[in-house]
Amino acid sequence: MIDTRHIGHKFTPFESIVEAGRVRLFCQAIGETAAIHFDARAARTAGYPNILAPLTFPAAIAMDNPSPRCVIDLLGIDIAWILHSEERYDYLGPICVGDRITTGIEIINIYAKKNGALQFVVTALEMHNALGQPVCKVRRSFAVRRPSGLAA
Amino acid sequence: MSQLSFESVREGDQLPELKLPPITRLQLALYCGGSGDHNPIHVDTDFARRAGMKDVFAHGMLSMAFMGRLVTSVTPQSRVKSLSVRFVAITWVADEITVTGRVANVDRKERTLTLELACVNQKGETTLAGQAVLSFS
Repeated sequence: MIDTRHIGHKFTPFESIVEAGRVRLFCQAIGETAAIHFDARAARTAGYPNILAPLTFPAAIAMDNPSPRCVIDLLGIDIAWILHSEERYDYLGPICVGDRITTGIEIINIYAKKNGALQFVVTALEMHNALGQPVCKVRRSFAVRRPSGLAA
Repeated sequence: MSQLSFESVREGDQLPELKLPPITRLQLALYCGGSGDHNPIHVDTDFARRAGMKDVFAHGMLSMAFMGRLVTSVTPQSRVKSLSVRFVAITWVADEITVTGRVANVDRKERTLTLELACVNQKGETTLAGQAVLSFS
């Protein structure tokens, strides 16, 4: 079973810069072609300060963590056994190319279903820009198909 | 694509569908690079089989990104206040996903819309169930 004493654990926040090339590759992968995600002039015409990151780009920012597997490492979970269960974004401001984003992560819940055969870990991420303004709150939950400590 | 107008929108209105081509291994590799999510279960068949899967499968977040594309095809991104999903079923490589949406709620006082969204595979099975809230104030 995953140790529930980690509920409330906060990781050291990390910083990352939103890069145009990364946004372009992300858009290529998801099939997004709108000009505001590629062209600074088109983004400014639409009222954004620079090239706009797409709605789910915070997932990419979260992976800029120098220890991208910090949660599962702390909990001792093997990446082979996790499945994404839920994801929520609350948008508080635009995220644009050039923004320096600080991301804090907290483990907010760990619980079991089906008599412990399936366990869930819920994390909350808060992203702020260089002005200290919140831009996105993320809540994500993943399921562990075979929690460590249980027989295979 | 025509944009949602708060004045004329009605509860129950359907959004135009977004039909995606079959998921390819190349797309999963590109999403690994673009998202930074390098979990090998999405690109390495040997690894996926060792984890008890029949083949590699798509990042759930790739399908959520498709949902985001449907939303921003009908409204400017600045109107989107939240996007949330439950991952219901695995999307396998070669699956063909269609994103659907309907207007579930219109709040005339707060000037918000709630969209109900789904990703459905070629067998008609729901793979993601989602919701977006738009603000027109």
